[in-house]
Amino acid sequence: MRDRYRRDPDAIRALVEPDRVHRDLYIDEEIFALEQEHFFANTWSYVGHESQLKNAGDYLTVEIAGRPLVAVRHDDGSVRVLMNRCAHKGARVVSLPAGNTGRFFRCPYHAWAYKTDGTLLAIPLKKGYEGTRLAECEASQGLVAVKHVRSHRGFVFAKLSDAGADFESYFGDSLSSIDNLADRSPEGELEITGGCLRFLHACNWKMFVENLNDTMHPMVVHESSAGTAKSMWKDEPADKPRPMAIEQFVPFVSDYKFYGDMGVRVFANGHSYSGVHFSIHSGYSGIAGYEEAMQQAYGAERSAEVMKIARHNTVYYPSLTIKGAIQSIRVVRPIAVDKTVIESWTFRLKGAPAKLLERTITYNRLINSPFSVVGHDDLHSYRAIQKGLHASGNPWVSLQRNFDEAEIGQRDVTATGTSEISMRNQYRAWLQYMTATM
Amino acid sequence: MTTTASTERELIDFVVREARLLDDKRYDEWLELWADDGIYWVPLSPEQSEGLQHNSHLYEDKLLRTLRVERLKSARAYAQQPPSRAHHLLQTPTLETSDASGQRHVLRTAFHYSEAQGDEIMSLVGTVHHHLARQGERLVMTLKRVDLLNGEAALPAVQLFI
Repeated sequence: MRDRYRRDPDAIRALVEPDRVHRDLYIDEEIFALEQEHFFANTWSYVGHESQLKNAGDYLTVEIAGRPLVAVRHDDGSVRVLMNRCAHKGARVVSLPAGNTGRFFRCPYHAWAYKTDGTLLAIPLKKGYEGTRLAECEASQGLVAVKHVRSHRGFVFAKLSDAGADFESYFGDSLSSIDNLADRSPEGELEITGGCLRFLHACNWKMFVENLNDTMHPMVVHESSAGTAKSMWKDEPADKPRPMAIEQFVPFVSDYKFYGDMGVRVFANGHSYSGVHFSIHSGYSGIAGYEEAMQQAYGAERSAEVMKIARHNTVYYPSLTIKGAIQSIRVVRPIAVDKTVIESWTFRLKGAPAKLLERTITYNRLINSPFSVVGHDDLHSYRAIQKGLHASGNPWVSLQRNFDEAEIGQRDVTATGTSEISMRNQYRAWLQYMTATM
Repeated sequence: MTTTASTERELIDFVVREARLLDDKRYDEWLELWADDGIYWVPLSPEQSEGLQHNSHLYEDKLLRTLRVERLKSARAYAQQPPSRAHHLLQTPTLETSDASGQRHVLRTAFHYSEAQGDEIMSLVGTVHHHLARQGERLVMTLKRVDLLNGEAALPAVQLFI
């Protein structure tokens, strides 16, 4: 049964129906292996942010589609993404999460050296290769460079395969959420800061990605945390300033109408955001000095335009999810069919007061830490699905809420916030990019 | 207000009792061990010098500690089905510093923390610093800083109190 799907792409096509998907997407090991080989290679994945690579030689390491990669600032100022694999015997060339390699990489095993664009610079005792076919082999070509690398407002994406869509048609108008995040800086620039929270989820990556624009769960799943915060604060006088934590927790337990009215917008290729009109982040109090700095930079009208956008989660399918109004991102790093690491990063808006970063950091810790009381109940649900899907009698996951056949094939649809359209839209893209190279 | 200086034994007993209250799930009594402005902090790394402008696993004031305790009383804290149990294994605490008046002290304790839920058990090791202050007859925590050996690793859910 191990090659059931590899030999039969039609069997994969049968797993995705317009309004429901088969459990094998979440629990089948062969499907996960094929995702690494095809789906994650054919789609644009988030690599990192340019503010992590300020100087020539700065690098960061990351794994995408199961491949070890290193992203580095080359001496011409561009960001290069290379396979982190020595051309000689295959050793990973750099092992730190991030660092500066200077003008070249040097393999710690036999000292083969590479320029920061990957080209081979030097081999010790090179004359030992005279008369061999080294020059005709991959080994002489240096570190394999990823051809498809693009940066948008500092967000670096890569696509490992030549198949799939080009960057612009892949992301399309969904890039407006990244723009809004960057525009929120009075200088129009972001800087990743404050380290990274890494939370190991014992579930398939799709549970997490689906949940971001699943607005039917917060009032149920987060009753014990956000609901408790709400009841702890209910007897306080209305004019008492709300602590950041209360301001951030309480809206989670808004009612169905609130989440429905927020609206959800989906784009071709699996992208989506909820909070088209407003979101749980809309009611935050102002930060002294921030609005003034924005008005000074952009003028009153443009500043108000930028600030009134308070989207909930934007999913850049499949690997990046952002919160512009919070200035944080969550990056999805699939490890195994039932194992996913969620990295949560925070941004400083250049030119904004320090208090704003405090709000970003507070939210990130309260919601995304492995110690988070919100995260615990989310993860419980994902793990419950991972276990529950092994039941027999019903192999399907229902995504039928507000399904309308007319939505199929459209590039840009706005719907009621409680629709499951964002998930249906994800699986249409999943099927397309999973089977594109089969 | 008394100015009784604390004996080393009293300080060590405080640290041991604090862990005992957590392991026994006597959380309301645990909340009483804190100064009103006390902070319960689990930074990402031992090098981290502050918690407001840098990410941490935990950085909790009285409101957040109380919320954490109150949530666990909810029948709808689904992640606690089945309930977890916690266990602190402590090395003998050492008194690191005391101020001149004998009113404020810092203790260092190496620990091995385990949390079990159903068939699963996870462990974290590290060092905790208790910053204690005398308030009348009693000692309170002004800061409990827990430095994990692997705070920057991808950690599973840690649901109770380390």
